[in-house]
Amino acid sequence: MTMLDAALTDWSRAQFALTAIYHWFFVPLTLGLSFIMAITETIYVKTGNEEWKKLTKFWMTLFGVNFAIGVATGIILEFEFGTNWSKYSWIVGDIFGAPLAVEGIFAFFLESTFIAVMFFGWDKLSKKFHLLSTWLVAFGSNLSAFWILVANAWMNYPTGTEFNPDTARSEMISFWDVALSPFAINKFLHTISSAYIVSALFVVGVSSWYMLKNRNVIFAKKSILVASVFGVLSSLFIIITGDGSAYQVAQKQPMKLAAMEGLYEGKEGTGLIAFGILNPSKKIADSEDPFLTKIEIPKLLSLLSYRDANAFVPGIKDLVYGNEKYGIEPAQKKIERGKISVQALNRYKEAKIAGDTLAMNLALAELKETFHDFGYAYFDHVEQIVPNITLVFYSFHIMVALGFLFLVIFILTFWFTYKEKIESKKWLLRVALWSIPLGYLASQLGWVVAEVGRQPWAIQNILPVFKATSHLSVGAVQTTFFLFLVLFTILLTAEIRILIKQIKNGPKE
Amino acid sequence: MFESMELSSLQQYWWVLISILGAALVFLLFVQGGQTLLFQVAKTDEERTFLINTLGRKWELTFTTLVTFGGAFFASFPLFYATSFGGAYWVWMAILFGFIVQAVSYEFRSKAGNFLGKKTYECFLFANGFLATVLLGAAVSTFFTGSAFSIDMYNLSKWDLPTHGLEAALNIQNLSLGIALFFLTRMTGAMYFMNSIVHEEIFKRSQKQVFWNGLIFLVFFLIFAGLLLTSQGYAVDTNGIVYMEDYKYLNNFLQMPLVLIFFLIGVVLVLWGWYRSFAKGIVRAFWCTSAGVFLVVLSLFFIAGFNNTSFYPSYTDLQSSLTIYNASSSHFTLSVMSYVSLFIPFVVLYIAYAWRSLAKLKISKEELNSNSHVY
Repeated sequence: MTMLDAALTDWSRAQFALTAIYHWFFVPLTLGLSFIMAITETIYVKTGNEEWKKLTKFWMTLFGVNFAIGVATGIILEFEFGTNWSKYSWIVGDIFGAPLAVEGIFAFFLESTFIAVMFFGWDKLSKKFHLLSTWLVAFGSNLSAFWILVANAWMNYPTGTEFNPDTARSEMISFWDVALSPFAINKFLHTISSAYIVSALFVVGVSSWYMLKNRNVIFAKKSILVASVFGVLSSLFIIITGDGSAYQVAQKQPMKLAAMEGLYEGKEGTGLIAFGILNPSKKIADSEDPFLTKIEIPKLLSLLSYRDANAFVPGIKDLVYGNEKYGIEPAQKKIERGKISVQALNRYKEAKIAGDTLAMNLALAELKETFHDFGYAYFDHVEQIVPNITLVFYSFHIMVALGFLFLVIFILTFWFTYKEKIESKKWLLRVALWSIPLGYLASQLGWVVAEVGRQPWAIQNILPVFKATSHLSVGAVQTTFFLFLVLFTILLTAEIRILIKQIKNGPKE
Repeated sequence: MFESMELSSLQQYWWVLISILGAALVFLLFVQGGQTLLFQVAKTDEERTFLINTLGRKWELTFTTLVTFGGAFFASFPLFYATSFGGAYWVWMAILFGFIVQAVSYEFRSKAGNFLGKKTYECFLFANGFLATVLLGAAVSTFFTGSAFSIDMYNLSKWDLPTHGLEAALNIQNLSLGIALFFLTRMTGAMYFMNSIVHEEIFKRSQKQVFWNGLIFLVFFLIFAGLLLTSQGYAVDTNGIVYMEDYKYLNNFLQMPLVLIFFLIGVVLVLWGWYRSFAKGIVRAFWCTSAGVFLVVLSLFFIAGFNNTSFYPSYTDLQSSLTIYNASSSHFTLSVMSYVSLFIPFVVLYIAYAWRSLAKLKISKEELNSNSHVY
């Protein structure tokens, strides 16, 4: 890999990360708030109580402001696969394009059509049709999340596919394997439950602010009640889906799991790090202690990863240099096999041009046998297969800790609101208010774990990121990166200011 | 059903779908055209609010159609997606920047604390209207005039000019389609105002805009059509070899008479609607012209992709040119996606139903006052 390739890859990644992070500031609220609105509007339609209508309309206004900017950042993500990851778009377009198209046809139209009905149809349509529209917006936005996460899951665990040497790309052989892969299902459920938590925290936090200011108290209590129940259920659900996701990672991406836990040397009955500070001078090959200090829960990582408390969990060192005892191959072997695979593809192409069928068949057989390590061919040394451990480890642990904190907040706010004591618990209201940014932080960190943890791969074992970019100059990508940065930051500033203003104005009487 | 079809039939079926989506997108660009009229049709802030609230109930539909157009192109012809988006980088980025600022402008424009002020968001809407129409028009024109890319034996592409797509703007044919599209959508945008708003002044000014924009559109469209029908085109022989053929696109029309009929009916409908609108003030002329726009765009996509033609030709390396046969997804993916496409009529039906439900009451002072969600 040349310096120029490296710079282009870094800037292309930076631009994609920037867009994705900004996008994810807005999407969680869209996913969760849409359901909270649908629930409160359902109560309104059932009871006919105008308070619930007022409440629904208020959250809908905030939803609208947030939705617009989510859409603005979303379109860029879709097109960036083409603009900045052109090679990727060809090599996996046969599989990756399908979920994006399905997302457009099934989900986006549902969302965009009924969002107009939801906003502008209050007095033009029957109550029931309007309610149906609000539910369809919630359903549509969550459905779109499903399809894009199917696409993302496939990058982590490329299933239902076969490499076609004639077209030099991976082609789909089973749609259902792609759409319903256990990786995709877990990723979808885990991601949407995190979005629901962000939304519930937002509603509880904003309502707590009203309580602290001693205004719109009935409105605020009603909102807290709905959102805290939604939050408790989502928090319990995220523990289950988090366990499911980690189990999948352990099976399919052991390096990501090792990085999440800062596990350098694998062992049987591995404990889970509940708290730890990494040793910054630790190198992969040396024997220094990876932690300066840590609190470990014995055997839990083995249990969670392999459903067996004594199972062997491979560490970074094992995965890089191999571990004969546990049958783990050194990465060097994979690199060698990858090079054989790439050479076989080249030979196949040459034989095809020459019309040599025998040579084509031989090359094809070799390609098929070695293809599972195809992407390793592009590495110069084995340490390149290790992601940024510090970033992944801390992101993972802070995310988990925050997740448990949110569960406690939801239980307490629900309990004290239910018991009509929430007004007196000023400390809890303050904590709830300040948890809003923490919710966003936790959710973003989840994506850092998922995306930085799978580096250096664009497609696990098949395509490293530096082989996936477009053929562009570094300067071009740098220019668009800074343009996006400035524009998104301005728009985010505008969005936050509008939201604060709307919240200060409160629900319309 | 689909899995037993020939690969070439699926490729043709998907080119038809892409063409339909492209035609629907151009029809819906009346939103963008309308956005460029904010400062001409409206003279006061209140009038501008009328226009923006009228367009604001439709912008997401255009936006979603663009996204779906991109997604469907990716799924069915990924080599186009990889080649064009990664290659004509600056053109696509400029289009995208326009859509980013559009998406927030409706919602943010009149909200307190919006940081940039009302005027800025109105300028954003203008920018989107201008960039999207001119650049999308120029980009579609490159289906006929070609682009500067080459593709290697592994189907990986690179752009051959450092301008990365901006060079397309130097071609008169591309530019004339871009400008034609800009004025066409301004015309349909003005027609949409006439159709949706109860306001005498806005009606009159829109009617005037229909006339002038329609006239300028016509001039540039004739230049484009003249160049298209007299130029050489990118033909493909039975072995997949690309070569230049005189009057290729004229020949395509003549060899596919049904497409020619679509084109001619489309042109007549556009002009008939234009006349009825500016001369008689008929509000439903919007639908007549829109149907015409749909048919014309559909026929242009058909002559770009069918009848042994390269739909995304390269003038720097002729044999790198893309056809619907060498740029498509696999048989399996196309057949799976074909099942998905069966839901499209259902989607169109519910969009039409929602559109009608919301269109029952026209935009007026009373309507906006009674609505809790105003842009």
